[in-house]
Amino acid sequence: METLIFNLFIFTLACFVGFEVISKVPTTLHTPLMSGANAISGITLIGALVVAGSAGEFTGTILGFVAIIFATINVVGGFMVTDRMLEMFKKKEDK
Amino acid sequence: MSQFLPQALLEYIPTAVQIIYILTVALFIIGLKRLGSPATARSGNKLASLAMFIGVAVTLFDQEILTFEYIIAGVLIGSAIGAYAAKKVEMTAMPEMVAIFNGFGGGASALVAAGEYFRIEGVSLPGSDLLTMCISIFIGALTFTGSIMAFGKLSGKVTGNPVTFAGQKPLNALLVIVVAVLSLWFVYDPSNLLPFYILLGISLLLGILFVLPIGGADMPVVISLLNSLSGVAASAAGFVLNNSLLIVSGALVGAAGLILTNIMCKAMNRPLSNVLFGAFGSEATGLAGPAAGDGSKSIREVQPDDAAVMTAYAQRVVIVPGYGLAVAQAQHTIREVASLLEAKGVDVKYGIHPVAGRMPGHMNVLLAEANVPYPQLYDMDDINPDFEKTDVVLVIGANDVVNPQARSNPASPIYGMPILNVDYAKAVIIFKRSMNPGFAGIDNDLFYLPNSYMFFGDAKKSLQSLVSAIKEL
Repeated sequence: METLIFNLFIFTLACFVGFEVISKVPTTLHTPLMSGANAISGITLIGALVVAGSAGEFTGTILGFVAIIFATINVVGGFMVTDRMLEMFKKKEDK
Repeated sequence: MSQFLPQALLEYIPTAVQIIYILTVALFIIGLKRLGSPATARSGNKLASLAMFIGVAVTLFDQEILTFEYIIAGVLIGSAIGAYAAKKVEMTAMPEMVAIFNGFGGGASALVAAGEYFRIEGVSLPGSDLLTMCISIFIGALTFTGSIMAFGKLSGKVTGNPVTFAGQKPLNALLVIVVAVLSLWFVYDPSNLLPFYILLGISLLLGILFVLPIGGADMPVVISLLNSLSGVAASAAGFVLNNSLLIVSGALVGAAGLILTNIMCKAMNRPLSNVLFGAFGSEATGLAGPAAGDGSKSIREVQPDDAAVMTAYAQRVVIVPGYGLAVAQAQHTIREVASLLEAKGVDVKYGIHPVAGRMPGHMNVLLAEANVPYPQLYDMDDINPDFEKTDVVLVIGANDVVNPQARSNPASPIYGMPILNVDYAKAVIIFKRSMNPGFAGIDNDLFYLPNSYMFFGDAKKSLQSLVSAIKEL
């Protein structure tokens, strides 16, 4: 129970940090911001690594394996496509 | 990987991992902050991906990780699919792509929470851990199927119209209550997996039911919300694993998604509850009759040559792009029109409504792809005072965001929504495929105004004929 409270505590604080950091983003950056944030939500990958790699019951390993595939698609695809979009903005500014 | 390290170091590893996790979180926050400003956005994204790499690499030293076959295989497969999708996706298809990625993130979080039960033989877990497990699976599974539905609607594989049936809302409410009861059952008797599986099934079903009644025009809100949920799902998985890095990163994404959801709702002047449960555009059409007398509704068509003369001899032209422009892949052609007009000394600007496109900021990305100079793009609030001084407005593939009913007709479902006041301009040319109403299914008074001209046809072909007509002048 104590850890749950502690976890809720940092969760709440992180939400406030998120609101502060991200408010007032110009419209142009909404799409890249969203796909970048989306990639960050793939952080669940590190949980998947532990589940898939700890040689427990086979069901757990398989669930972890699928989770790794899903999360990696999210992370790699998300960061790469964000970079692709931001590169387009960049090119245009140089002209 | 810890087995490859000297014995003496082993006891320090958990602490070292946690300290590096703190660094990772800090980098995520700085990265997100930098993503919020045009000058630093690209470096912000790089910083965040670096943080992700560090977080993943250091996790491999976790002493609980013993085998690497599945990890290596999973990462290789996932990276290949992700990289291929990121390289190949058309900018017009960005919303679908983000939607499906959200789904993968949510799905992964649900799988992690479920896998954790089997990994540590969850029967022995305290009730609070089992409860967070249920919550995590619920949010993750709902995000997964909800995102797949959103993907289907955006890519046209599932109808973009709201799908409603009698008792939809009570059914959803009932299912949520059933999920809560099942969670308690599972907490009470964690050795019985039956409630666990039913809970998973209902959560998957709820994701579908939740997106089904939401119309195509509301997709920017839905994607933002699903984005937020994918973050919350990751955070919930963090509660299950007692992993602070997951909790904090997920919460950051959750907050970001919620901010964008809020911006989108404001741009449509509708509370979130109305977007989610209102099934907009289904029952509303009937009461949204024309504001003017119905008999007097006549429209005027314009030919390419006349349109060319109107625009080329104007002083100020404003281009209002909507999603129809993207569908027709006409962003490059409109850029060509703008360049030609500028060469003739016309002042050209773009007026962009916050919900133009199918996700927040989508239109800006599309125009950037077509090399439209950034300073020519104006947000709604900046361009609206200019319309009275504008000679010609070119409305391309936009409909509801330029509908004066939003100002004048309190009976209209879009009444009160902030719009681009294009009808204040001296002339408006509307590029449209036919007289069909837009996504929201509402008649547009703009088409019948005396200063409006309709230019029928596929947006790209119409613009190409305009380009050749201007060149001939």
